[in-house]
Amino acid sequence: MADVIKIATRESYGNALKDLAEEFPNLVVLDADLAAATKTGIFKKAYPDRHIDCGIAECNMMGVAAGLSLAGKVPFVSSFAMFAAGRAYEQVRNSVGYPNLNVKIGATHAGISVGEDGATHQCNEDLALMRTIPGMVVMCPSDDIEAKAAVRAALEHEGPVYIRFGRAAVPVINDKPDYKFEIGKGTVVREGKDVTIVATGICVDSAIGAAEKLAADGIDAEVINICTIKPLDEELILKSAKKTGKVVTVE
Amino acid sequence: MNNLELQKRANDVRKGIVTAVHSAKAGHPGGSLSAADVFTFLYFEEMNIDPKNPDMEARDRFVLSKGHTAPGLYSALANRGFFPVEDLKTLRKLGSYLQGHPCIHIPGVDMASGSLGQGISAAVGMALGFKMDGKSNRVYTLLGDGEIQEGQVWEAAMFAGFRELDNLVVIVDNNNLQIDGAIDEVCSPYPIDKKFEAFNFHVINADAHDFDSLRAAFDEAKATKGQPTCIVVKSVKGKGVSFMENNAAWHGTAPNDEQYATAMADLDKIAADLEKAGEA
Repeated sequence: MADVIKIATRESYGNALKDLAEEFPNLVVLDADLAAATKTGIFKKAYPDRHIDCGIAECNMMGVAAGLSLAGKVPFVSSFAMFAAGRAYEQVRNSVGYPNLNVKIGATHAGISVGEDGATHQCNEDLALMRTIPGMVVMCPSDDIEAKAAVRAALEHEGPVYIRFGRAAVPVINDKPDYKFEIGKGTVVREGKDVTIVATGICVDSAIGAAEKLAADGIDAEVINICTIKPLDEELILKSAKKTGKVVTVE
Repeated sequence: MNNLELQKRANDVRKGIVTAVHSAKAGHPGGSLSAADVFTFLYFEEMNIDPKNPDMEARDRFVLSKGHTAPGLYSALANRGFFPVEDLKTLRKLGSYLQGHPCIHIPGVDMASGSLGQGISAAVGMALGFKMDGKSNRVYTLLGDGEIQEGQVWEAAMFAGFRELDNLVVIVDNNNLQIDGAIDEVCSPYPIDKKFEAFNFHVINADAHDFDSLRAAFDEAKATKGQPTCIVVKSVKGKGVSFMENNAAWHGTAPNDEQYATAMADLDKIAADLEKAGEA
């Protein structure tokens, strides 16, 4: 068996921004003194004039992004999820969501993936907060391939988008020739009939692992990858739930 | 437009403010009236705008960071021809497009605002965007003197000063009153001018109710290169309505029918005096 390739989705984020810069000339990237960690530094190195370091001031950064979008730019705003969705929540709600501006938020180090930094930095609330904002698309990609696809989809989408990226390297699981990404569409990554496991982000790989262990116990689990938390692919989830009669969610 | 003409327009803007807030039975007349001359100067003299083409790409932008004074902005926009003056009476009413705080779908409104401290950041972002593209659009934003107690204002000021955004003008309406009382008794932001200077702004002190002073200040702002400008305008809260002047109680209270009649009589008297001055 070949070695499993592992890449952190934040790394995918930085690479996608750089790779898409020529195709999306209005793309600008904002960071709050964390370019090395959020990986927007990859973009900064290639396009220094289009990378705006706002210093350690996330609330202002979110407003500056709103203003940039009103001046015709497509800003991708980056920080740790704790600060992008947590500290700047009200700025996202009132300065981005309410006027429905074309601002993209790329939040890294989300959830407990930030790890040893400890609880002050472990933002487990971002998905809940962001999906309450009307019009906000919320995505949580599972691997390198999906993360890059989500960044492209966000740029092609008109309106506010929140994407959550992880800190730790995770296995590439979507390397299939027929892989196609669409905002709002989930995918069945393992078919089964006894129980539905709905997973998002870096937990999809763990869910697949769990399904394999369950199979050894004679339980045939179906695993669904939900990258887009909002709008949710209700059709796919309901169809699977009707089939298995049991749903477990993992995030 | 000469000063007398501007004074007449400003008085019309004030009538619109008082009428809108009276009709809504709620709203913020005090800070709308203190800024009425600034609104008038911006929309009738200073900014490159076209009421017939509110989304014109080359337009200058205005962000009302002190969003609660929406009646002042709406009245200026209506009197400038962006929408019917008659619509001011629908302020805050269910189904009206004139909500209590500015929202982005109103003709002539460039940014939603009202949560204090946030408008200035959006204005800074606009100014940066225009600079990056080498465009000549100028950006104006109006803040309350109480509003600058918000930390985000100083995050934005630090950024704008550092980035040398000389297409940005931050106006601080210094009427010295906030809801809970005098700003220097609640949590003093003074000295306002020295603070903005420290953040690399070119600072001008002006008289909010003197069009010569405003004209000179905005001309100086335009001539300033390599720095954003902050114009601190000394104003009278409730200006033009005798019983509202310098009274914090009129920050966010609507006049009843009797008070409305008195207010309109005050403004009619000013209008008559201005007519007389024109004939003299």
